[in-house]
Amino acid sequence: MTDYLPEPDSNLPPREVADVMPPHAHSWIGKYVFSQDAKYIAIQYSGTAIAIGMVALVLSWLMRLQLGFPGTFDFITPEAYYQFVTMHGMIMVVYLLTAIFLGGFGNYLIPLMVGARDMVFPFVNMLSFWIYLLAVLVLVASFFVPGGPTGAGWTLYPPQAILSGTPGGAQGGIILMLLSLILFIIGFTMGGLNYAVTVLQARTRGMTMMRLPLTVWGIFTATVMALLAFPALFVACVMMLFDRLLGTSFFMPTLVELGEKLSYGGGSPIAFQHLFWFFGHPEVYIVALPAFGIVSDLIAVHARKTVFGYRMMVWAIVIIGALSFIVWAHHMYVSGMHPWFGFFFATTTLIIAIPTAIKVYNWVLTLWKGDIHLTIPMLFALGFIVTFVNGGLTGLFLGNVVVDVPLSDTMFVVAHFHMVMGVAPIMVIFGAIYHWYPLMTGRLLNQAMGQIHFWVTFIGAYAIFFPMHYVGLVGVPRRYFEIGEPEFLTAPVDGLNAFISSAALIVGAVQVLFLFNIFWSLRHGRASGGNPWRATSLEWQTPEIPPRHGNWDELPNVYRWAYDYSVPGAAEDYVAQTDPWVPDGEGRRL
Amino acid sequence: MEHPLQGQDQTLQQQGHSGFAADWGSDQRAFKKVSWGKAMMWILLLSDTFVFACFLVAYLNARNSTTVDWPNASEVFALHIGGANLPLILIAIMTFVLISSSGTMAMAVNCAYRKARKATAVLMLATAALGAMFVGMQAFEWSKLISEGVRPWGNPWGAEQFGASFFMITGFHGTHVTIGVIFLVLVALKVWRGDFDRDQRSWMSAGNGDYEAVEIMGLYWHFVDLVWVFIFAFFYLW
Repeated sequence: MTDYLPEPDSNLPPREVADVMPPHAHSWIGKYVFSQDAKYIAIQYSGTAIAIGMVALVLSWLMRLQLGFPGTFDFITPEAYYQFVTMHGMIMVVYLLTAIFLGGFGNYLIPLMVGARDMVFPFVNMLSFWIYLLAVLVLVASFFVPGGPTGAGWTLYPPQAILSGTPGGAQGGIILMLLSLILFIIGFTMGGLNYAVTVLQARTRGMTMMRLPLTVWGIFTATVMALLAFPALFVACVMMLFDRLLGTSFFMPTLVELGEKLSYGGGSPIAFQHLFWFFGHPEVYIVALPAFGIVSDLIAVHARKTVFGYRMMVWAIVIIGALSFIVWAHHMYVSGMHPWFGFFFATTTLIIAIPTAIKVYNWVLTLWKGDIHLTIPMLFALGFIVTFVNGGLTGLFLGNVVVDVPLSDTMFVVAHFHMVMGVAPIMVIFGAIYHWYPLMTGRLLNQAMGQIHFWVTFIGAYAIFFPMHYVGLVGVPRRYFEIGEPEFLTAPVDGLNAFISSAALIVGAVQVLFLFNIFWSLRHGRASGGNPWRATSLEWQTPEIPPRHGNWDELPNVYRWAYDYSVPGAAEDYVAQTDPWVPDGEGRRL
Repeated sequence: MEHPLQGQDQTLQQQGHSGFAADWGSDQRAFKKVSWGKAMMWILLLSDTFVFACFLVAYLNARNSTTVDWPNASEVFALHIGGANLPLILIAIMTFVLISSSGTMAMAVNCAYRKARKATAVLMLATAALGAMFVGMQAFEWSKLISEGVRPWGNPWGAEQFGASFFMITGFHGTHVTIGVIFLVLVALKVWRGDFDRDQRSWMSAGNGDYEAVEIMGLYWHFVDLVWVFIFAFFYLW
């Protein structure tokens, strides 16, 4: 290997695409409002997502107030409760999680991590954010129309979604909800095309696909999935909008409402469920795969170790992404479909456990004998692994038809998906914000507040969702405004409900502390220096922190993958991707 | 000593499976010689394929699960010409026009490769004209059916999902054609003006004699045609 000399340019293929600096904006509006810089768009996306996420958080408080202390709060009517359930779910899944992982982290990290100056189409990227903002505003507007927002449940199942018995069904609520989703999908598509093409076609010299950090792999795969899954939701929304506005009967069978036969007839509500879940199940992984990718990087950096089984991690991401398109009907076991379908979808669902288990084992093996630094990102990463395993195991229960049927529509399901796609990805978002905040601002988030944030969130999440499994097992259905003490409950749940609600209020409150920390540390946080976590990936090798528009003076050359930690013979315990160092026969620096 | 990445030099491109693997294993670009714009259009079309596929599957599902008979397409879409009912005659002409427009588009792309500025512009405008003709005939078809009592919520002959699916699917496709016509005209005018031959970038043009925008436009146009073939087969012929 001694003749393998580190001459930076000689052993890399020549540049294929001309290096063009994106035009700098000169006006204040061009820089800070209609910015075309992916890093700034990322912050706009994240800020909007977190803001609307706070609305959803307050809605969850209101729901828990009602469930924990029924009859105490007069302003929470059954109709309002349904609206809280619906808007909480929709906002959290689509407008917060999807937007912040792809629009937020995707925009910030993809160009930096692949070594590009910006996304490939900055103007389209900017439009993506503004259409997303419009979608959020339309969603918010539905709170202020007569009848309020829709209360159809986040799955918006027809026929009830557009009937007068459902809040917002016969008024503006459902219309604005559907319009907002259509806008979101158009906006996302604009961004998604950018993320996919940037990863595929705009990498820097030496950056092969198999040298990409797993963060990029996760976001990239999720983007491709979203580009293929959102069309189903788009079509479902358009068709339901026609049912509601034009009186078509795509999803509407013959119905009698308040003793009067409606003009609908011959439509199939199950068709909507298929379309919705053809989007809805990939959506779970659209949220989960970026989290998988990011957490792999957090663990490697903060345990100072190579990711265990990098290639398997990549293939597991890709296989999970592909499989998630053929499992959707496991959300519909009780819809009356043919048992053979149930058999098929149960089988495919359980097969996903294999690549998922590969990932979990690899995370644990990455930690094994690592130099684990219990920094706050690492704490959140560990919290993620535990929570994800937890939620994943109950997923095995629910994936089986015979177990699912009695558990369907109980609080057990609520507990399951909050663990696996609520708490777990949000843990990663928190960890990622603590990890990359120094890159965005040049300062560390306050550690004391971070410790409080992590421990209250982690323990609190378990205080909320662990007992909720039990509440479901004894028979409490979900989406009930007030359960009372019906005979079918095998145990009383009042005390547990009050306990869960108290925990939810505390966990919610500590998120406010986290937001305060973000603003407080902008000015008062400890200066982080260039690369506080001593990470290898490209985003930390920029000449300035935070990186300026265009990211680099000269585009970096990449000589290695992103996981050279604790390499024997290296000068430090990490070797940056831009470092052309190769060890000689005895592992010394040449 | 050759670096492992060096096999991907443009002059040494491998063929077949090993070439595919080498491209994906290489740095910078997974699709060699594919520009950003063309890659984006391909991925957009892939996504759009899923939109149309969902529309068509939803329509097929509605048609199969409805409790009332589906109207007979060859009677509904017949025109009374010269004392005879000609089934599907308008649709046949529309299909012919749209497929022909794919031909003129392909010729435009060919001219663009040869940087024949005026021929490219003229052929694109011809494509746009054929597209506009298609939309015009679609408008005629819509108004004819509406005058015969077809509505999204019902029609005189059978299942009400017929009208709903018809207006939704042909409307969505017609919107695609209309957007295509608008962009064809815009790009054609830019070609005519010589924007593609100037040495600076401008909106939708890389300049410097790079006519790739014409080809990207062509990808979209051929896609819209291809989708029509499926709509024609599933909605009109069946």
